[in-house]
Amino acid sequence: MDVLSAPYVLEYTYQRSTGPVIGRFLTALRDGRLEGVRTTTGRVLMPPLEYDPATGEATGEPVPLPPDGVVTTWAWVATPRPGHPLDRPFAWALIRIDGADTAMLHAVDAGAADAMRTGMRVTARWRAERTGSILDLACFVPVAGEAP
Amino acid sequence: MSDDAPDAAATAAPVTMVPSHVRLTYTVTAGRHLSSYLRALADRRIVGGRCPVCTKVYLPARGACPTCGVPADQPVEVADRGTVTTFCVIRIPFEAAPFPPPYVAVAILLDGADMPIFHLVRGIAPEEARMGMRVQARWVADDQLGPTLASIRWFELSGEPDAAYETYANHL
Ligand SMILES: [Zn+2]
Repeated sequence: MDVLSAPYVLEYTYQRSTGPVIGRFLTALRDGRLEGVRTTTGRVLMPPLEYDPATGEATGEPVPLPPDGVVTTWAWVATPRPGHPLDRPFAWALIRIDGADTAMLHAVDAGAADAMRTGMRVTARWRAERTGSILDLACFVPVAGEAP
Repeated sequence: MSDDAPDAAATAAPVTMVPSHVRLTYTVTAGRHLSSYLRALADRRIVGGRCPVCTKVYLPARGACPTCGVPADQPVEVADRGTVTTFCVIRIPFEAAPFPPPYVAVAILLDGADMPIFHLVRGIAPEEARMGMRVQARWVADDQLGPTLASIRWFELSGEPDAAYETYANHL
């Protein structure tokens, strides 16, 4: 006997409050800027956190950062899935922005896996229409002229 | 920002909220016993499965009796009327709500079944909802029947006197 099957979609249309620190980070993204945060020990966290993971103390003032950084580790996604930031093969990478002491997770649009390497320099590609979301940062791209 | 963006003050205000949508797209496979239950509904019939040991009628049929650990695959047709064992009045609107609130969701012990099914009761004020109400299925039109519990639009009062608590006390 044939068994029945049917599509079944579960959807939750939540909104989340950002809190002051993440809200400031997202507001800067909407403006096309990267902004980290300084801890009481002087380290710069990017992306910013409300509390210093090392000491548990509240973090301090925002730190403007450039849109450039270095790939510290990466994984190639040969077959992007629905919901991924790019619809073509890309790398998930940890990127340490210049001036920051921590790395952020984002996508690198490098074209092919052999264009990726740890230590490569990348720069942000911004979305034209920005809403105050991590996706305002469309992805990072290899810095032109750098040998792969 | 595009020219038709919302007013400048709103877009310049600090970000305090972000959409955080979760969407999970499954394909549910009913399996053999649930499939036979669903197919019967397209035929205006409600079919469960009886355990040969404890004689309980599972609705929908589930293939095995969890108490006795034996196949519970004797098909049994149950009535399309039964007794409301518990109920809940929905007063808060939500996107997929079948009706504007308030409306009444119930667990119904259909005559001949040992497991209640969940459905809606229409035609009564929420204040009238009570345990023990006798209700009758209101099926959809023939051309809307399908292998789904939605083949029953809702239940309505059958006109019978309420069932005594003892008759469903073991099925709550
Ligand atoms: Zn049994």
